[in-house]
Amino acid sequence: MNQFLLLDHLEKTFGSLRVIADLSLEVAEGEILALLGPSGSGKTTVLRLVAGFETPDSGRVVVEEEDVTRTPPERRRFGMVFQHYALFPHMTVAENVAFGLEAQGMGRGEAAARVAETLAVVDLSGFQGRRVTQLSGGQQQRVALARALAPRPRVLLLDEPLSNLDPTLRERTRRELARVIRRVGITTVFVTHEQEEAFDLADRVAVIHRGALQQVGSPEALYESPATRFVASFIGRSNALPATWDAAGNVAVLPTGQRWPAVPGDPVSGGKPVDLLVRPESLVFADAGAAGAVPGTVVARRYGGRASLFIVALEGLAEVEVSADSRAARPEERVAVAPSSEGPMPRVYSKERNSETPA
Amino acid sequence: MRLRRKSPPHPGPLPGGEGAGLLLGLILAWLVAYPLLLTLAEALGSPNWTLSHFAEFLRRPDEWRALWGSLWISLATTALAAAIGVPLAFLFERTEFPGRRMLGTLIALPVVLPPLVGVIAFLFLYGEGGFLSRAVQAATRSAEPPWRLSGPAAILLVHAYTMFVYFYLFTRAGLARLDAAFLEAAAALGAGRARVLRKVTLPLLRPALAGAALLTFMTSLGSFSAPYLMGGTFRVMTTQIVFSRLNGDTEMAMVETITLAALALVGLSFLQRAEKRREVAGAIRGAAPGRRQLARGVLVATSGWIFAALLLLPHATLLLLSFVPAGTWTTQLLPPVFSISNWRSVFSEPERLRPIVNSLWMAAAATAGALLLGFAAADTAVRRRSRTGPVLETLLALPWALPGTVFAVAFAAAFSKNAPWAGRFVLVGTAAILPLAYLARNLPLTGRAAFAGLRQLDPALEEAAASLGASPWRRRLRVTLPLIAPALSAGVALAFLTALGDFVVSIVLYTFETRPISIEILSSLRMTETGVAAAYGVLLALLSAVVFLVWGARSTDDARARPPG
Repeated sequence: MNQFLLLDHLEKTFGSLRVIADLSLEVAEGEILALLGPSGSGKTTVLRLVAGFETPDSGRVVVEEEDVTRTPPERRRFGMVFQHYALFPHMTVAENVAFGLEAQGMGRGEAAARVAETLAVVDLSGFQGRRVTQLSGGQQQRVALARALAPRPRVLLLDEPLSNLDPTLRERTRRELARVIRRVGITTVFVTHEQEEAFDLADRVAVIHRGALQQVGSPEALYESPATRFVASFIGRSNALPATWDAAGNVAVLPTGQRWPAVPGDPVSGGKPVDLLVRPESLVFADAGAAGAVPGTVVARRYGGRASLFIVALEGLAEVEVSADSRAARPEERVAVAPSSEGPMPRVYSKERNSETPA
Repeated sequence: MRLRRKSPPHPGPLPGGEGAGLLLGLILAWLVAYPLLLTLAEALGSPNWTLSHFAEFLRRPDEWRALWGSLWISLATTALAAAIGVPLAFLFERTEFPGRRMLGTLIALPVVLPPLVGVIAFLFLYGEGGFLSRAVQAATRSAEPPWRLSGPAAILLVHAYTMFVYFYLFTRAGLARLDAAFLEAAAALGAGRARVLRKVTLPLLRPALAGAALLTFMTSLGSFSAPYLMGGTFRVMTTQIVFSRLNGDTEMAMVETITLAALALVGLSFLQRAEKRREVAGAIRGAAPGRRQLARGVLVATSGWIFAALLLLPHATLLLLSFVPAGTWTTQLLPPVFSISNWRSVFSEPERLRPIVNSLWMAAAATAGALLLGFAAADTAVRRRSRTGPVLETLLALPWALPGTVFAVAFAAAFSKNAPWAGRFVLVGTAAILPLAYLARNLPLTGRAAFAGLRQLDPALEEAAASLGASPWRRRLRVTLPLIAPALSAGVALAFLTALGDFVVSIVLYTFETRPISIEILSSLRMTETGVAAAYGVLLALLSAVVFLVWGARSTDDARARPPG
């Protein structure tokens, strides 16, 4: 891979709290990488380490083979869009966008031309004289993007770029953001806690939990072959059932005796208790006598058009979600649930390894 | 200004933060704490350490009388100020009547007028030769003035006049913060108006009232102008210190200074405890209660205007007297002659103009210095997250807690010796001592403003500037300073005013060459040039009022940050 930005074994503690633990990542030139994780996972800290607002305890940040770990932010030539945009409220749109150019010592005429050009890219031509406080949220976000892009940075960093917007605006803004970034062709790292946002915008997604990189890959890879118990439950919907692993038969044995085919998600040994993670679309309603069928009662149905999500209380087990045709069952109906031949293969994760990791 | 929202661990300590913090800490300690420690050392007889001066202090009945005088005057002032300020606050915050807004601002005015000016205005109006006593004397055809404006009652009158504003402002702020839902809930539970007041409103206001009470107490404890000019033979600690010095009893003055400082610090610890509770109450926030339309609105408005006129009457007297030429007003009921001769003399005679120029440049220099130090300390503590931050903040706030007299005496003690290796220089008698003392006294005002401004500023703004390639200096000049300028300007304005009208520090430290306006007022009075003194007073009051009406009226915090004088 054509490595452009490298995070090399980063470590960071705040006081006694270890926020980033041995994190390494590579980003190719022109690639868009999402840092995805729940709040408090350390993803924003990773971004701040890359931007230079924090200094790692150990490890390196390398861009274009230049080690910038100790370089202050103003000399890294990275552009950043902040969560609340951090537009300078005492300046106009043009003054905001020109701020980085001015710091570079660019002449007035050239800077004005660059401002106009960059505002055109974000579709805000003619907004130069506006005060930033007079703009809508979406416009502010685009000014922030233009301000970050105007000095032609090497890397673009975005901290939760859409979280500050009205939900109805978010999807449109996301498409516009994707269009601008692709058109500029800049190497981009952005932080988000929303899976949909990460999947929609990014070439690759890095899932971070408790300061550690869980898995990095395409959305498909994350969904279909989650590398850890955390990724399996954090990405998409999934049901967790207790089971025992039969390594010889590649089956998970449920406490009620049924045997469900599965693959190991992390190194597990036979005969050990495991967590079995099954996607709702990997379960079907079946006849009571079918192979692996577990009897249960439909508790509720969450209607979703043609396919709905059924909540089923399995006898002697837990409640699970089953994705099926909306007319397949009704609440309070007695049913049987079995593994489907379609959908991602159920995966098992060792219990001890994840004992401190809640789903 | 953008408020900071979610706060991830912001930002990494910038290189050099600890070094800058250490240097600033040293400068502040030298300005603020060191003179006090030297004063303590002298009170203990350094270098021949002894407790005998303290023992002597305890043996003298007049010292006990002064201490007791300070204490009871301060307590009585607090009670009086509350009795005037709290009902007024309820009137202006809870009811609606014509002219409410304007009157509400106007009656807060006494707090920003320099204490000395208030005192002489009172003397001219209510004193022996004042308008009122002349009128009474004429009406009763008496040969003697009907009263003398002197002693503890006179002091209390002036204190109540200036300090009720603390209760007024604090209670108004507390009422405005009160959640109407509490009152509605109480009313819905069947409580009548009196019961709601007693059981709900007053308990919720308690923190605000406690804050106002302690502020009034502290201000009164440090009050100097009123006891000095009106006390007669009645002494409080501040005047006792100055008279001890005047009598050459230096050691006793040091002991008195330390005693007064200790009393003030005890007061401060109470104040801070009350402050903490105030924040808790402030966190509860819903809609403020609505105003009651007063049935007799016009009547209330009229009495409000009369009250405001009463408040402004002393200063109106001052204005009138500034147009009375020296020696023309002898036994008549009203001054027979008016002219602008006093004003002309103030602005045309170089020796009369000099105090004005002195006060202006010294106040400006002191404010600029205090602003620089305050901003540097806030920048080091808040932005660079220096570990010295809490120490810097405490040192900046310390002068606020100490009466001006304590400060002045400590400065006089510290900077009358030459010992450069110990950080002591002979500054007493030079032009540098007053601006330096004003500067130190102004630190709480500018420091508080700078800390508050920086804490409210979203750190992401500076980070954004950094990521755009701006150097640390460029970030401060182009982003930080313009954005916290509004917060700073209120502190700067009050600092400038305090220095401009200062009397309490000046009287201990002034030299003839650098005498400020307040000292010139005093010497004009001594030379019975009443009109000139009045003209200076009007000048000071006008400057203060203008600045107050532009900046000062915006928050209670500003009034609260003003050091006692």
